[in-house]
Amino acid sequence: MRYLPKSDAERAAMLKEIGFSSIDGLFTAIPEEYRLTRDLKVPRQMGESEIIDYFKAAAAKNANGYASFLGAGAYRHYRPVVIDSLVQRGEFLTSYTPYQAEITQGTLQAIFEFQTMICELTGMDIANASMYDGSTGAAEAVMMAVRVTGRDNVLVARSVHPEYREVMHTYAQHQGHDASEVAYGQDGRIDLAALEQSVTEETACVLVQSPNFFGVIEDIPAIAEIAHRKGALLIVSIAEAVSLGIVRPPVEADIVSMEAQSFGVALSYGGPYCGVLAAKEKYLRQMPGRLVGETKDTAGRRGFVLTLSTREQHIRREKATSNICTNQALVALMTTIFLTVYGKQGMRELALQNLAKAKYAADTLGAQGKLLFPQTRRFHEFVLQTDEDPEQLNARLLEKKIIGGLDLRKWYPELGNATLWCATELTTKDQIDAAAGVLAETPVAAEVR
Amino acid sequence: MAAKNGFTGTTRKVTAHLTQNEGLSFEKSSPGKRGYKLAPLDVPEVDPAALLGKAHRSRNAELPELSEIEIIRHFTRLSTWNYAIDLGMYPLGSCTMKYNPRVNEFVSRLEGIAEAHPYQPESLSQGALEIVKLLQDCLIEITGMDAITLQPAAGAHGEFTGILLARAYHQSKGNPRKTVIIPDSAHGTNPATAATCGYQVVNLKSNSMGGVDVSALARMVNEDTAALMLTNPSTIGVFENEIHRIADVLHDKGALLYMDGANMNALVGKTRPGDFGVDVMHLNLHKTFSTPHGGGGPGSGPVASKKILEPFLPAPVVAHGADGLLHWSYDRPQSVGRVRMLYGNFGMFVRALAYTLANGPDGLRQTTEDAVLNANYIRKKLEDIYELPYNTPSMHEVVFSDKRQTKNGVKTGDIAKRLIDYGFHPYTTSFPLIVPGALMIEPTESESREELDLFVDAMRQIAREVEENPELVITAPHSTRISRLDETTAARKPVLRWHGPPADDGVEVDTAAKEW
Amino acid sequence: MSYPEKYKYTREHEWVEIAGNVGTVGITDYAQNSLGDIVFVDAPKVGTKVEKGAVFGSVESVKAVSDLYSPVTGTVTEVNAELASSPEKINSDAHGSWIIKVELSDPGEVGTLLPAADYEKFIAEETGK
Repeated sequence: MRYLPKSDAERAAMLKEIGFSSIDGLFTAIPEEYRLTRDLKVPRQMGESEIIDYFKAAAAKNANGYASFLGAGAYRHYRPVVIDSLVQRGEFLTSYTPYQAEITQGTLQAIFEFQTMICELTGMDIANASMYDGSTGAAEAVMMAVRVTGRDNVLVARSVHPEYREVMHTYAQHQGHDASEVAYGQDGRIDLAALEQSVTEETACVLVQSPNFFGVIEDIPAIAEIAHRKGALLIVSIAEAVSLGIVRPPVEADIVSMEAQSFGVALSYGGPYCGVLAAKEKYLRQMPGRLVGETKDTAGRRGFVLTLSTREQHIRREKATSNICTNQALVALMTTIFLTVYGKQGMRELALQNLAKAKYAADTLGAQGKLLFPQTRRFHEFVLQTDEDPEQLNARLLEKKIIGGLDLRKWYPELGNATLWCATELTTKDQIDAAAGVLAETPVAAEVR
Repeated sequence: MAAKNGFTGTTRKVTAHLTQNEGLSFEKSSPGKRGYKLAPLDVPEVDPAALLGKAHRSRNAELPELSEIEIIRHFTRLSTWNYAIDLGMYPLGSCTMKYNPRVNEFVSRLEGIAEAHPYQPESLSQGALEIVKLLQDCLIEITGMDAITLQPAAGAHGEFTGILLARAYHQSKGNPRKTVIIPDSAHGTNPATAATCGYQVVNLKSNSMGGVDVSALARMVNEDTAALMLTNPSTIGVFENEIHRIADVLHDKGALLYMDGANMNALVGKTRPGDFGVDVMHLNLHKTFSTPHGGGGPGSGPVASKKILEPFLPAPVVAHGADGLLHWSYDRPQSVGRVRMLYGNFGMFVRALAYTLANGPDGLRQTTEDAVLNANYIRKKLEDIYELPYNTPSMHEVVFSDKRQTKNGVKTGDIAKRLIDYGFHPYTTSFPLIVPGALMIEPTESESREELDLFVDAMRQIAREVEENPELVITAPHSTRISRLDETTAARKPVLRWHGPPADDGVEVDTAAKEW
Repeated sequence: MSYPEKYKYTREHEWVEIAGNVGTVGITDYAQNSLGDIVFVDAPKVGTKVEKGAVFGSVESVKAVSDLYSPVTGTVTEVNAELASSPEKINSDAHGSWIIKVELSDPGEVGTLLPAADYEKFIAEETGK
C-alpha cells in the first residue's frame, strides 16, 4: 500500500528484531472471539486515477454551471487563489496544534494576526482562535453569558438563523438555560417592545443576528440599551462576515459570535466553516477556545504562544469553559489570508459591491413579486413574497439553470410563499435579469407557451 | 559520539539553515498598497451612507494593506517556522499524526464538490449525498455498529453528541440517570463533555496495569449510571482485554458503554468495537482517517451507535427515498436535535472517503498492523533506558516515564524540548495523568524504519546527555528561532492582539475601536 | 521551609490564622512550589458563604489549576485585592499572602486542623513517596 513506507522484508526483519515471529503476536491482547478473521466489507483498494474518477463522477452529479441566489448562512464569494497555494504548503496543512511554540511560530503568528483582524472588524477587545462554526459559536456564547452573569434566562430573536436556534436548544436543554424567543416586527427586525417586556433581572443574555436571517440589519444600540438596563449581556451573531466591510460593527455588544466562512472558505456542501468568538476584555477568562498571546523568549525576542490554557479541557477537565479541543485552525488561516489580500480598503470595496448587486436584485426581482421589509436597511439578502408557491417557482427557475431563493415556508409559514434571496459580488446582472424574466412569466403564461 | 562542530549527537536528521525573519502583516502594511482587484460593477453604483444610514460603517477596520507578493512572502516565511508531518515524524501519543494524502486535497477541491451550496436542491446534490452515504456505510462496517451521524465537527463535539444520545435513550426508558463514569486516564475532553450534558462525573481509578479495575467498576455502577466513557486501547496504549466483562457490568444495570475512538488506529481491520460490546462511540477523522491537522483543525467527529440509539440521532439523516434518490430526512421525532448547522464537515468526509478508497480492506488492515509494529519497535529499542511504568503489551502507542532521568533533574518536558534539536516534534508530555512524567509515543504507520531509527538514536543520545550533561537538556531547545517562551507573563498579562499604531492615520487603534 | 507555628493547616495545603472570630486563609509554600508561577487567583466575593472542606475558589499557574478548599466555615469579609494584579506575591511569600478573611461561624472547628509540625510531617510523607 503506497502510503506505507515498508517492504514486507522490512516488516519481517523488524518483527524478528523485536522477538516476534508474526504480526499476530502483537495483537494477542485482543480476545480471540473479537479478532476479525475476514476482510472489512469496504470497496476494494483503488488506484489514484480511480479515486479521482470516483469523485469527479460524484461532483458531476452536483449542480454545475448554475446561477445561484442561495445564501442563508453560507455565502458564495470569490476565493483568491493565493489562499489555496499557501494553505496547501505542508508546513501549514500537516502541522499540529501549536502546543510546542518553538517549532510552530508560523501557525501562532498567523492566529495572532487573525485575532487582531477579528477585533478590528467587530469592534471587540479580544477574539479567540476559532470555534467550529457560527451555530456552535452562538451556543458557546450563550453558555459564556450564563457563566458570566450567573443567570439562566436566555432570549433569542426569532429572526436568528433557524438552524442556529436549533443548535442553541440542543446545547442548552441539559444545562438549565433554554432560550425563549422574541418575535420580529413588521419591519423584519426584532420587536423592541416585545424585547423590552421580556428582559428581566434574571436574563443572562439577549442574542440577535445582524444582518439577520431575513437580511435586515438590527438596531444594535437600541437592543443593547434594553439588555444592559437589566444587566443582561448582548450577544450579536454575524452569519455574513463580509457585511462588516460596510456595516457598522456591533460595538455595544458584550460578545460577538461570527461565522467567517465568507472570508475565503469554500461552500463545500456545509463544512468545514470557521466560527469565532470575540468579546469585551472583561470576559476574557470565560472565553472558550484557544487564545494566542504575545510574549518574549529567554533572549528577549518576540514570540507567540497559546495562553490561558487553564480554561481549557486538557487542564480544567469537567470545569472547563468548553470541551473544545480541535478547532478550525486551517480554515481560520484561509480567512486570515483572505482578509490580508483584501485589506483595509478592499473589504469596504467588496462589501460595497455586494450591497450594489443586492440592491439591483431586490429592485429587479421585487418588481415581479413583493419585497418584504422594503424600508428596512439590509445588506445583501432579501425576502420575496410571490403568488406562486416557492417549489413551483424554483422548479421553473431550475429549468433555466437558476437556483432561486431559499423556500422559507418550513421555518416561517406566516410569511406565506416567501423565499430568501442573496446576491454577492459574483452574481451578474445577466443572472439577475434572467431570474426576473422567469418570475415575470406566470405559470399559466408558461403553459400557454 | 564525538562532538562535531560543537553539535553533540547525531547530525543526520537536521542541520541549521537560514530562515527568513518576518514581522506581523500590520507592521509591513502601508496605505495604498493592495493585493486585490475586483471585477467592475455591472449594476448601478450605490451610495452606502444613503442606503445604510446609521448602520453605515464610518471607519474601516485597520486591516493590513499589502501587495500580493508581500502576502505570499509573509505566509511562506511563517510556514517555514513550523514543523509538520511532511517534514518528519510526530511521535505524539493519541494524536495519530499520519500522512495526509494529497489526492484528498485534490478531490475536495473539485468544483462540483467545493462549490456545492448546502441548501441547493437535493436533486442537484446527489453526488454529495452519495459521498455521505458511502462514507457512513464504510465507517459502520469498520466500527461494527448499526447507525452513524457525521454531523459533529470534531472528537469533543462527537463525545457531546454521543452522551446526548445516551441521555435521550435513558430518558425514553423513563430515567435520564445522573452520572457518567470516567477513568482517571481519560483525555480531558471526556469529563468536560459529561458536564455539558448535565451529568456528574464519577472518577474511576485505573488498576495497577493502567486499565479498568472491573471489580471497582462493578461496585460503582448503579441505576444512576448513564454510561462509562472508555478509551480503548487506553491512553497508555493497552487493550482492555476484559472489555466484554466491562460491557456486561454496565449492561446489567442498564448503563451504556461509550468508547472514545481516538485510538482506532490500533483496531481498524483487526477488531470492531461494535463486536466487543460498545453501544456508542465517536471517531476522529483527523486522526485515524488521515484528514490533515492543519495547525489545530478542522477535524470531524462522527458518532456511530447500535440500533437502540438510532432513533435519537441528530437530524437530518440521509436515506434513499421512494424515487431511488438520496434525501435528507428531517422527520425524526425522537432526535436529540442538531449539534451544528447543516450536515457536518463535508470537506473532511471527502478526504476520509478518499483515504478509505485508497486503502481498501487490505490497506486498512496493513495500516493498523504497521502502526502497532512501529510502536512496539520503539518500545523494544528504548525500554532499557526509559522506564516502562506498565509492563502490559502496547498496541499503537507506548508510554514511558521520566523516572530514571529525574534523579539528574531532568523531566519529560525537557527531554521533549531536546528532541526538537534532533529534528523531531516532541512526543506527548505529562499525559495521561495517571503516569507522572509521561513520555507518550505514537509513531503511526507512516514512519519508515529509517525515520524510526533516527528517532530511537535521538532518544538514546538524549538519555546519555541526561547522564553526562543534563544542563544541555534542561535548557533545550538550542537550535530553534525562538527559545523557551515566557508563558507566565503571557498568562499574567495577556496580549492577545496587535496594538501598534495604524499607518498614517493620526488615530490610536485603541481608541479608534470605540469611535464608530 | 519552616511553617509558621501560629497557623493551622489542611491536607489540601491551605493555612489559616485565627484571631478572635476572624480566620485569614492562604496557601502554603509547598502548594505554591508545586503549582509553579501563579498567574491568576479566582477568589469569591465579599459576603460569600464558605464551608469547611468545600471549594471556595482556585489558583492557576500556566499549566495547572488547583482548587482551594476552605479550612473554616463562615462568611467572607475581605478579599486580598493585591492578588488581582500581582498573583506572583503568593510565589514569593506564600505564608504572607492571604487570599480571604472569613468571619467564623464555628470557631471550635479549627481544633481538627493540623498544627505546623503535623503538616510538615504530612508533606514529608507526600514527597517521600
